[in-house]
Amino acid sequence: MGISSFFSCGRFCAIIVKEFVQMRRDRVTFAMMIGIPIMQMIIFGFAINSDPKHLPTVVLAADHSPFSRSLVAALQNSEYFRLLATVATEEEARQLVDLGRVQFVLQIPAKFGRSLVRGEQPALLLTADATDPAATSNALAAFRVIAERALARDLRGPLLHLRSGPPPVNVIVHPRFNPEAITQYNIVPGLMGVVLTMTLVIITALAITRERERGTMENLLSTPVRPLEVMIGKIIPYIIVGYIQMGVILLAARFLFQVPFTGNIFLLLAVSLFFIAANLGVGLTFSTLARNQLQAVQMAFFFFLPSILLSGFMFPFRGMPVWAQTIGSVLPLTHYLRVVRGIILKGNTPDQILTHLWPIAVFLLVALTIGLKRYRSTLD
Amino acid sequence: MAAPAPVIQVEDLTKSFAGKVVVNKLSLRIRAGEIYGFLGPNGSGKTTFIRMLCGLLRPDSGKGVCLGYDILRQSRQIKPLVGYMAQRFSLYEDLSVRENLNFMARIYGIDHIRATVAETIERMNLSRYADQLAGTLSGGWKQRLALAACLLHKPRLLLLDEPTAGVDPKARRDFWDDIYGLAREGVTSLISTHYMDEAERCHRLAYLSYGNLLAAGTAEEVVASSGLTTWAVSGRQVHLLVPRLKELPGVEQVVPFGNTLHVSGHDGELLAASLRPLQDGVHRWQQVEVNLEEVFISLMQQSGGH
Repeated sequence: MGISSFFSCGRFCAIIVKEFVQMRRDRVTFAMMIGIPIMQMIIFGFAINSDPKHLPTVVLAADHSPFSRSLVAALQNSEYFRLLATVATEEEARQLVDLGRVQFVLQIPAKFGRSLVRGEQPALLLTADATDPAATSNALAAFRVIAERALARDLRGPLLHLRSGPPPVNVIVHPRFNPEAITQYNIVPGLMGVVLTMTLVIITALAITRERERGTMENLLSTPVRPLEVMIGKIIPYIIVGYIQMGVILLAARFLFQVPFTGNIFLLLAVSLFFIAANLGVGLTFSTLARNQLQAVQMAFFFFLPSILLSGFMFPFRGMPVWAQTIGSVLPLTHYLRVVRGIILKGNTPDQILTHLWPIAVFLLVALTIGLKRYRSTLD
Repeated sequence: MAAPAPVIQVEDLTKSFAGKVVVNKLSLRIRAGEIYGFLGPNGSGKTTFIRMLCGLLRPDSGKGVCLGYDILRQSRQIKPLVGYMAQRFSLYEDLSVRENLNFMARIYGIDHIRATVAETIERMNLSRYADQLAGTLSGGWKQRLALAACLLHKPRLLLLDEPTAGVDPKARRDFWDDIYGLAREGVTSLISTHYMDEAERCHRLAYLSYGNLLAAGTAEEVVASSGLTTWAVSGRQVHLLVPRLKELPGVEQVVPFGNTLHVSGHDGELLAASLRPLQDGVHRWQQVEVNLEEVFISLMQQSGGH
């Protein structure tokens, strides 16, 4: 028979067929093998945009000259800025930035038109929410060009001389919250949410699956213990783990990266309870769905990947297309990042946090409900 | 003396998995303080039946009462009164003996946890291993720990699913001593097993095959109702007779026991007639009592078992 006793095509093909059958049976692995490349391709190819455009902007205009109007029109036509509204007071504008509703406020001072004509180089103040430097830097650079071009069109006839010489306006950029554009200021607080998501979801995803796999579930189910007791009993220890993780990251942020703490640390700790619980709820739900520990880990990754990529941690949230932002807004990490950055960098107060807190609370409720519904109190 | 209410009484209990009937219209009565043996080949439905009694599985149809509660609707009331020991070690291997017992004591809401656990460790001779991880115990000690864990809450009924599988004879003897001790205190036990000597230790037993109850009663009753006749043949090189014996009419089983062969069949006269020509004085022939194993093998053959 010669070589065929060492290598048989029949055996070889039998293995291949068997592998395919097993692959098809193991749906989660199969979905992961197919799903992750697709997910990455879509996210990296389309959703990630480190040059975000159409950033929400409001105008606070104290001057109504034709120059102001063409400036606003130019801004509206540019790709970088999307004009939401005009606001009347500085207080209103600041509130919008604090809440993260807008990225920029353009302030046109009174008598802007008259000063411009007189060649006095009037100031234009552009206030930016610079917590994430990547989100604003390109728009900031573009603003000067947009402003100069818009005004140049209006500087005709007797005003033509203003086009040569020094720029007609003096653009003042006021980056708030992270003026030195230090990326760590943005990344490190964000990392807290990412680490909590990754570890807590995986740990709890294993919690019930492990019981089932090791056979201890059979013993547990034969006792009078109730589903909710098991669920909550498994969540509480990991809430403590979550807080320990938070402590480590906060200490590192403060002493390793010198991130300034503007807000109330106790507020942050209190609010984080919702986020930690939401992640544990997801993990527990996964563990009622998974048949073994490997599947549980795979499901956790399914959740983790969009969380890290679509939440605004890795890439500016506003750089993503609408569909990606929609998915992102469902994920608790997206809202938690705003809470963490809001408290640590912006010094947000409890009432300002509330808008980001309720989506996390809703998510938690849904996750726990599904988990409890799926928990089987028999071996059927 | 009026007969006390049975601890377990089920009628027509049925359970299927994916269209395959695993327990088929099973009816059974177990009295208080009884040690009831459950026998049958692998996959005969023993485990499924036990799991239905303690609420781990929901029966498809039929009805039953366990300790006075409906097994379909009141499993929550039954659970605190039952000690269940799964076939596979199902305590936590990464917890010590004491930690496991503490955990179970808390789950059952026992008073004086520390004292109860200490007393249980003492009674079950587990002191030497109290602080050892359960995963590092040998099979016999794991079994003792599992038994200890289901005795903590002083159950009225023990459901033990192959408790002595893979356990050495000394540990098995100790285990049965415990079960007898508990029976004297009025604790009822339902024990599934593959060992014939254990079957004979039970007050009563039932034989299951493919979900069907084929025989039930005391060991003597089961043997008597089988209608089998057995002959024993011994002598020099008796095993050389096996192929010839198997061909004879009326011979259903030929089983070697050391230097003796047991030959049995249902038709006693036909069997005697078939064996008569072989009784040539070289070997010693004699009709003997039928043993349980022969009955069970015969039941298995009749039900088309492997």
